[in-house]
Amino acid sequence: MYPSAFDYHAPTSLDEALSLLAEHGEDARVLAGGQSLIPMMKLRLAAPAVLVDINDIEGLDTIEEVNGHIHVGALVRHNDIVRSDVISAHNHTMAAAAPWIADPLVRNRGTVCGSIAHVDPEGDWNSVMLAVDAEVIAVSSAGERVIPIDDFIVDFFTNSLQPGEMVKAVLIPKYSGPSGGTYLKMERKIGDYATAAVATHVELGADGTIAKAGIALTAVNNKNTRATAAEAALVGNAPSPELFAEAGELAAAAAQPEDNVRGPADYKRDLVRVFTRRGLAKAIELAS
Amino acid sequence: MNVNVTINGAETSADIEPRTLLVDFIRTDAGLTGTHIGCDTTSCGACTVLLDGVPVKSCTLFAVQANGRSVQTVEGLKQDGSLHPIQAAFKDSHGLQCGFCTPGMMMVGKALLEENASPSDDDVRWAISGNLCRCTGYMNIVKAIQQAGAMLAES
Repeated sequence: MYPSAFDYHAPTSLDEALSLLAEHGEDARVLAGGQSLIPMMKLRLAAPAVLVDINDIEGLDTIEEVNGHIHVGALVRHNDIVRSDVISAHNHTMAAAAPWIADPLVRNRGTVCGSIAHVDPEGDWNSVMLAVDAEVIAVSSAGERVIPIDDFIVDFFTNSLQPGEMVKAVLIPKYSGPSGGTYLKMERKIGDYATAAVATHVELGADGTIAKAGIALTAVNNKNTRATAAEAALVGNAPSPELFAEAGELAAAAAQPEDNVRGPADYKRDLVRVFTRRGLAKAIELAS
Repeated sequence: MNVNVTINGAETSADIEPRTLLVDFIRTDAGLTGTHIGCDTTSCGACTVLLDGVPVKSCTLFAVQANGRSVQTVEGLKQDGSLHPIQAAFKDSHGLQCGFCTPGMMMVGKALLEENASPSDDDVRWAISGNLCRCTGYMNIVKAIQQAGAMLAES
């Protein structure tokens, strides 16, 4: 299968990439890992006239601790997260999700930021980013801006980038107190999209109650969805099995899945309920 | 556009359209048909090659992205007329039936053994989880990769 023809550019500096994006606007797409974009182009679901390949730009492939955040650059591959000491030391939710992204070969190429920008409701990273309150650094020839992940995810395959903008990095908060997190995913086989998945993140206060909670759902709505009622039910309370069960019910109520080849809607809602309950119990264990 | 890719140590240059997939560049321009096209949708891993030593699906990469870089295919395994241990072990352990997935399996196996010389069953199964085989049931593929590890350790 062949994509439509396109003009290919492989700039070696970010400035050069941004001027190409400014020049071509909505006709241009950024090529990072290409593990979603190239299959879509081959199926002719996408037909960009111009590809700006950012793989030759130095400095975009780092995972760094910067000003109380973990900075994940646009060329950080899924497997870089799997192997990162910074991530395993600081962010349970990301560390749990990374090995379950696609398959090992796709993880060698595909990027975290590319997956975030793709906004596929069946993609895993945006649920993780919602749960951990990430921010996206968008850059264009006019400068940089920081977009909270809730504002970045607009709708089905739709982000809030403007023409000429690209994702330069994602910023993950670094937690000072005890924190824990999980990513529980049901998939029919390695490499398939999630039937359903749930990301959790908790931070504990000095008194042992839950100071902050993040819960987000994959593949059960038209976009990755924050389970706000479940989060609110947790905050300020002492962790308990009853509380996790209540959060599970509330998270399931935030899921509006469809029947499809991966399973009936009721089954997916039940996955959300159980994954939320189990995920929170494990997240608290990791935080304690 | 003109691209130059080092495939199994030899430079291959061609004037190609940017939309040419790496797998077709390897098969058509370099004439190396050991790399197979299976699903053509990033699912099966039959097209796996090593790009600068890292296993990737060559149906999901444009040849222009490999410009100036190094690719290894199944044809590059054999050295001085002798089978590479991964090839010898696939033969010896009956790690194949129809052979369609085999080039991809061997490239993934080779990359795994460079990181982990003595992988467990689980390590191998995890490493090959992006590669589909429809005939062997995977048992002998796992054995073959482990046997190759033992052969490499001896040599």
